[in-house]
Amino acid sequence: MTDQSAVRESTSKGTLRVLQLYPRDMNIYGDWGNALVMQRRISWHGYTPELLEYNVGDPFPADVDIIVGGGGQDSGQLVIQADLLERAQELKTLADGGTPMLVICGLYQLFGHRFVTRTGSEIKGIGVLDVETHGTDERLIGNVVVATDEFGDVLGYENHSGQTTLGSGVAPLGTTTKGMGNNSTDGHEGVRYRNVVASYLHGSLLPKNPAVADFLIKTAATRKFGSYSPGSLDDRYVAKARELAARRPR
Amino acid sequence: MFYFSVPLGKLVRKVSRLRGGGSALPGLVVEKIDPGFMQRTLSTLPHGVAVVSGTNGKTTTTKMVVELLESQGLKVFTNRTGSNFTRGVAAALLGDVDWRGRLDADIAILELDEAHAVHFVNRVPPRYCLLLNVLRDQLDRFGEIDKTADLLALIAAKTTDTVVLNREDPRVARIAEQLTGQDVAWFGLDDSLLSTFPNDDDLRTAPGGAVPAGLPSTPDADVVLRGVGADSATFEYDGATVTTQMKLRGVYNIFNAAAALTLARRICVAGAAKANQDTLLTALSQVEPAFGRGESLTVEGQPLDLVLVKNPSGFRLGLKSFPAGGYATMVAINDNYADGRDMSWLWDVEFDSLRDGGVDQLTGARAYDMALRLQYDDVRIGAVDPEIAPALASFIRSAQGKPKRIFCTYTAMLAIRRELSKITTVEVVS
Repeated sequence: MTDQSAVRESTSKGTLRVLQLYPRDMNIYGDWGNALVMQRRISWHGYTPELLEYNVGDPFPADVDIIVGGGGQDSGQLVIQADLLERAQELKTLADGGTPMLVICGLYQLFGHRFVTRTGSEIKGIGVLDVETHGTDERLIGNVVVATDEFGDVLGYENHSGQTTLGSGVAPLGTTTKGMGNNSTDGHEGVRYRNVVASYLHGSLLPKNPAVADFLIKTAATRKFGSYSPGSLDDRYVAKARELAARRPR
Repeated sequence: MFYFSVPLGKLVRKVSRLRGGGSALPGLVVEKIDPGFMQRTLSTLPHGVAVVSGTNGKTTTTKMVVELLESQGLKVFTNRTGSNFTRGVAAALLGDVDWRGRLDADIAILELDEAHAVHFVNRVPPRYCLLLNVLRDQLDRFGEIDKTADLLALIAAKTTDTVVLNREDPRVARIAEQLTGQDVAWFGLDDSLLSTFPNDDDLRTAPGGAVPAGLPSTPDADVVLRGVGADSATFEYDGATVTTQMKLRGVYNIFNAAAALTLARRICVAGAAKANQDTLLTALSQVEPAFGRGESLTVEGQPLDLVLVKNPSGFRLGLKSFPAGGYATMVAINDNYADGRDMSWLWDVEFDSLRDGGVDQLTGARAYDMALRLQYDDVRIGAVDPEIAPALASFIRSAQGKPKRIFCTYTAMLAIRRELSKITTVEVVS
């Protein structure tokens, strides 16, 4: 493994810049796992990762190749909300233009049009994704398996009381074969739009779903360098971890 | 007045213990037929009830408070590990009352799980409470970390006399602002030790970036932990600094000793006993770790440490408090309800400190999640076997002649203790 991780600058296939959205306020439920997997796999594939952070009030970095953003509890969402709205146009332009992104749980909701709380008040989203979310009294908690066309089974853990419905402008990430996903009625989980993957799944998502991680890397490399040449990675443990995780009870 | 529920409950307790059954059933029976039993019995205690709650360290802290008060001559009723909910308190009471339902104790010190503590204090308002911390634990159970803080605030609100709070945990400290009339006592840390207690908000960010603001000013603490040595600790209280030997290990256990000392001293000052500083300190120095909290067993002539890990902060503190050098290491991760079912938390712990020696054995239902986690931190991995019994046997065999350490989640620890009890002396947990 160590032989994969040490990629010297001279042999690097190029630098990929990964931006973490709001790691200071939205860092709950292992969101760091997604950033770490980006960093390591970029390096194992022979590229040089550069990990950037964007927090409330920071200047928004230029030339970002991949964006990852996480969950966060209600208090964290309140802190970032106004700042996120100010960044709406930039993020929308990046997403529409094909920048690969992964947004999980809380940021997935805020990337939609709106979040309507249980008491009926409305939290404005940034409208990158054609979805909206309604707060409920029902908390969807437990292991999830999602069958997807692009990535095979996506495994993770959901924990949310907001229920999300999709508009016609986006497709679901997949269909749940265990657990609930977006809401308790339609059997769909997550969203795919351009190169954005949005999902409720923690776990963290990327470690146990390397197909999603490699999709983000491949897309970023192809956009930046015109081509992509993957490395050969040791995915023994992830294969076993997926096998066992799929057998765990809801 | 005679309550037939008491002898009946005691009988159920006896029968269920003979059958090797769980500790809660007799509590359930007596609660059903005599719902007033717990409240009635506890209200007879001359110095009332103290509740200990928080995410990490309840068991060890409760044990310390009990032993500190006993050293001052008090008779203390307490609930044992594994029964930290209302029904468990009722079951423990049944074991200690006489057949007429009288409890021969001066005070009750009860460890209560955050959510169950709220039910408890609604029925039995405690005279004292001690709130340790709010960490990322089993979020799938309570929803989220701020909700856990709200639960602790409810416990404090129901407390009649004194609320003891952790000055260094912003979510706990801010409970003081919501209180009306209760005395607040603080325990705290020396500035030099703050960095060894990362709170969950500092997880991935630069220092100073923590989300919740603490209190506008730093209140004076009754007891401050000033320093931690290899087997000693330095506390400051009443304007003096004292250093004492400690059998407890792990810097977080020792911080909880400051918490226990604060509560015990407050209880004494309130008139329960005349606090003798010398005997208090002696008692503190002799407290042994509660089971699984850094306790050391002996296997084939070598020490084997069990370190319970329940959440990211606990795991990080465990790694920091028990350095890997010279030890063979095993990690056992289960994902049952009591362990926390969402594996995300493993990704909030850095495992760099295990890089030098590697991890010899991984086990538990989520052994391969752990292997994956270590792979991403470049930690060498020996064997992986989700089955705990064979993994433990192979670990002990392969690490012959070396001291051993096992980091384990709660149910993995119970399974490991069961296996170890076949080959060494292990305290039986009832």
